[in-house]
Amino acid sequence: MRKVYVDHGAGMPLDSRVLEAMKPYFLADYGNPSSSHSYGNSAKEALAASREKVARLVAAEKSRDVIFTSGGTESNNLALKGVAFRNREKGNHIITTAIEHMSVINVCKYLQKQGFEVTYVPVDTQGVVDVEKLKAAITDKTILISVMYANGEIGTIQPIREIGKLARENSVLFHVDAVAAAGKVPINVKEENIDLLSVSSNDMYGPKGVGALYIKQGTKLVPIDQGGGQENGLRSGTENIPGIVGMGKAAELAQTEMESEGKRLTGLRDKLIKGVLGKIDYSFLNGHPSQRLPGNANLRFSYIEGESLILGLDLYGIQVSSGSACTSKTLEPSHVLTAIGLPHEVAHGSLVFTMGKQNSEDDVNYILEVLPDVVNRLRALSPLTPKEILR
Amino acid sequence: MYSEKVMDHFMKPRNVGEIPDADGVGTVGNPVCGDLMTMYIKVKDNKLADVKFKTFGCGAAIATSSMTTEMAKGKTIEEAMKITRADVAKNLGGLPPIKMHCSNLAADALHEAIKDYQKKKEAKK
Repeated sequence: MRKVYVDHGAGMPLDSRVLEAMKPYFLADYGNPSSSHSYGNSAKEALAASREKVARLVAAEKSRDVIFTSGGTESNNLALKGVAFRNREKGNHIITTAIEHMSVINVCKYLQKQGFEVTYVPVDTQGVVDVEKLKAAITDKTILISVMYANGEIGTIQPIREIGKLARENSVLFHVDAVAAAGKVPINVKEENIDLLSVSSNDMYGPKGVGALYIKQGTKLVPIDQGGGQENGLRSGTENIPGIVGMGKAAELAQTEMESEGKRLTGLRDKLIKGVLGKIDYSFLNGHPSQRLPGNANLRFSYIEGESLILGLDLYGIQVSSGSACTSKTLEPSHVLTAIGLPHEVAHGSLVFTMGKQNSEDDVNYILEVLPDVVNRLRALSPLTPKEILR
Repeated sequence: MYSEKVMDHFMKPRNVGEIPDADGVGTVGNPVCGDLMTMYIKVKDNKLADVKFKTFGCGAAIATSSMTTEMAKGKTIEEAMKITRADVAKNLGGLPPIKMHCSNLAADALHEAIKDYQKKKEAKK
């Protein structure tokens, strides 16, 4: 059977060139960068070279402004807690949005329990942050604004430059969770006035378990972990050299191939969206039609449920995600779909297609051939009709 | 995640549809929670001569509906009332824990359909 993996937002394969770059650092160059001998030097050089590559990907002026972490979640934790606890004397107010990743939202909830106040700025029906409301939320107690570069689920890219400007004008630190966007769309921390930026290796064909946090020089944080003081004292623990080398290589490849791959994936995405909306009645696009990640198509089908769609497509070899509760541990539909104003019963019928390097136009054609049948079969089973669900 | 039996019932659900002149109809669940099912029954000589369903929901919701119709068909009203959610799950080779509660409503829908039938019968007297 044909296999079509269109769930890159959930997990990506390692690029084979990344694996090749990592290999020597397991068995041969296994030194600790903190050691003074030649094995240590070799690791130190590898670490510096990777740092340089990640810095270049986000247009950071100095590579020393990049520190490596265990992934996007740790980067977000460090950015938010690090800034919050460091600036407690200055203020206790944080602004974020309603559609952030759980590694931002749950950190904010934690900080609320620690006495901080958090404003969750709403988004419009296409998932774009309401900049006016964000602006209005800033007070003299605001110490941090945290907004994601792009939402991995509905694909919407945020007006980061505009928010960065706003943060700068108000002397508030600006953190951007760029996990879903880095390597896919150009990021320029300097021009976009970003003070802290989280990225993850796994979301650009690098190894899992590695990430980075860009911290603009002069931005003061307190570390979460105490220890040997690695990574400018902000992330103690022996550096994961093979993983970091992999992330460096992944960042380098992503930067080189971003333009061509972005164009290609945008073409596939638009073909899929247009095809589905044309072929299937009562189907809709979630998120912004053009300001969206290249490979992301989040589509919604009235009066059927996402998990049964996933199972139905899996029988045809198509692997996809849903924004539905029934695939997750909680029974609520995704907070992102709720935030763009979808009622629960409608949100349940959403599918997230995230395409990547190995997907081709043939894959899109295959999805367009199979999906209408799967949808129709489930609709035939459903007691609901468009009249009842579309309000 | 699901047993082979669940996938079999999801792929080839038994007794799908509506019974236009049903003797009893029962609906449980709520589309807001992601599950809604309707059971239709036809009763002859105190036995369930026909049972059909329509379900909006996840794989488990569809499979439990299908299995429930299969278990109920041919049973007496009394026997059918004794079919529990646990029986349905057991006959499907088990369900993931999170599905036991939210998506395993088909037995309830069947019981509602039977109660509807009994109420209608009572009203006719």
